Amino acid sequence: MALLDVKDLRTYFHTEYGLVKAADGVSFHINEGEIVGLVGESGCGKSVSILSVMRLIPSPPGEIIGGQVLFEGKDLLKFPPHGPQMRAIRGSKLTMIFQEPMTSLNPVLTISRQITETLELHLKMDSHSAKQRAIELLKMVGVPDAAKRIDDYPHQFSGGMRQRVMIAIALSCDPTIIFADEPTTAVDVTTQAQLLELMKDLVTRLNTSLVIVTHNLGVVARYAQRIYVMYAGRIIESGLSEDIFGNPHHPYTVGLLNSVPKLGERHGTRKLIPIYGLPPNLINMPPTCAFLPRCTAKIGRCAKEPWPELRAVGKQHYVSCYANIKGK
Amino acid sequence: MPQNDKIVKVENLKMYFPITRGLLRRKIGDIKAVDDVSFEINENETLGLVGESGCGKTTTGRCILRLYRPTSGSIIFAGNDISTMPERKLKHFRRNMGAIWQDPFGSLNPRQSAGGIVGDPLLIHHMATRKDIKDKVAELFRIVGLDPAMMDRVPHEFSGGQRQRIGIARALACSPSLIICDEPISALDVSIQAQIINLMEELQEKLALTYLFIAHDLAVVQHISDRVGVMYLGRIMELADSGELYENPLHPYTKALLSAIPVPDPIAERTRTRIVLRGEVPSPVAPPPGCHFHPRCQMAIDECSQARPPLRDVGNGHYVACIRV
Repeated sequence: MALLDVKDLRTYFHTEYGLVKAADGVSFHINEGEIVGLVGESGCGKSVSILSVMRLIPSPPGEIIGGQVLFEGKDLLKFPPHGPQMRAIRGSKLTMIFQEPMTSLNPVLTISRQITETLELHLKMDSHSAKQRAIELLKMVGVPDAAKRIDDYPHQFSGGMRQRVMIAIALSCDPTIIFADEPTTAVDVTTQAQLLELMKDLVTRLNTSLVIVTHNLGVVARYAQRIYVMYAGRIIESGLSEDIFGNPHHPYTVGLLNSVPKLGERHGTRKLIPIYGLPPNLINMPPTCAFLPRCTAKIGRCAKEPWPELRAVGKQHYVSCYANIKGK
Repeated sequence: MPQNDKIVKVENLKMYFPITRGLLRRKIGDIKAVDDVSFEINENETLGLVGESGCGKTTTGRCILRLYRPTSGSIIFAGNDISTMPERKLKHFRRNMGAIWQDPFGSLNPRQSAGGIVGDPLLIHHMATRKDIKDKVAELFRIVGLDPAMMDRVPHEFSGGQRQRIGIARALACSPSLIICDEPISALDVSIQAQIINLMEELQEKLALTYLFIAHDLAVVQHISDRVGVMYLGRIMELADSGELYENPLHPYTKALLSAIPVPDPIAERTRTRIVLRGEVPSPVAPPPGCHFHPRCQMAIDECSQARPPLRDVGNGHYVACIRV
């Protein structure tokens, strides 16, 4: 039984240029203790999907038009975004780690205050025990000298250390699912490796589910068990990590994998195969497959019929494409 | 001219930025952005420089362009030392150097037309007249895969990938021999990156260009470069043929860097060993003594903290700065 089941989520933005269907019929589920990757390029709707689940979509201009977000037997979309039910879940059972640790921590509050706030609010701890717990959490995420550094401000921490603080906050109330939205995009590779290894160890130990939202295919290949690939507001392929990378079906997934240089390939041995054209503009999209203008595998049906539904091509492997292509 | 197959020769390059304090701007220290770096770039090759932020790779590139006046050391470009050359004389050499920048938004003047951006270097260097500039710019547009009909548009009307093409056209305008590419693709979407990499490779072949390719993404650098230099805290730690660097990395930092990069292959990932480095990169204001990497190195011994290890040749043009290998 899935912990979280998102069905046919539609989040639209009303802009002065027209309607942007940022998430247009997105369905995914998260199982217990699982690491799931949500991959796609900027503007594909991956962050919007997560923010919709957390009910953090600013409205206006955003609006959740339809769908269901089932969590613990309740549909989160039925609750008002700032109502008591959502506030009890957000930040305790469902938590987030944001991309930019400098802007997501409050610069005028100490690290201590930012961790204890969550603990006092959700777990009703008194200030003394909250602080003790905050120090424990900082130790757990590998901040050296935690007892001393807890009274520092965010600017006194390096980028990697700030992201550790974000992880500590996300873990503070023993969450069920952590959504990490591009958690390591703002840091260097060796720091990225430190942070991702830390997150993986922690969620495995605490049996928490982790959703990694990223554009980095390497990161999901290393850490995710299951992957959803998004394009233009929809999930176009999903499956176990081995299937997505070893046997990709959607022309976009195949294209993405062929267009990135592989580490260890000798210089000059292979020319990259780019995906031609540009990612689509999400305003006033045609009803046909959004990848059609860039697709090299298109068939006659593609231009006539609406965007294909996801169909099963293997155990747990789904693809939204009329053409039958076999990967690599 | 001796060694004219070397287009650039950098010797003992140091670039320190002073830190000042107080009303009198008293100097209290130096940021040692580039700390005694030497390398050569051969004609028609791509030399990659990789490293994490703050390692000095961008500063090195900017010194070669002489956007900075180096603290010491020499930069021989086409047989002349340009490291201390006055601006007036530099102009002649700058014509032979192009630059492609990271941010396709910030590096183009938002109020100037794309054609103007590309054509300006030609006018500045008197390589075109008002009459034939349009044709020359149109030709440059075609070379980088842009429609010359878009010449009159301003940068915000282009996508990120197209904007980077404008940047490339500008770099090519004066037919330079050397182009410094500073993170040219890291601001672009994954599906666009390959288009730009391929374009740069095609242009190199067609126009016999030499690239200094600066980036943090080792997979990309390795793909495009003939040789790769790995920098850490202002110094080159290892320099080798790009295939060699991957198959036979010698420096502990290179090994850690390689193992830190996740590859898009879950089956290979399961068997890869990971070296997770301890701690963080120290400040370039007070770098550790001896080898800059020793506080985080798993192989460090006492000697490592005493003297700076020289960048020595271990055969086949593979250089490494470590006393433990």
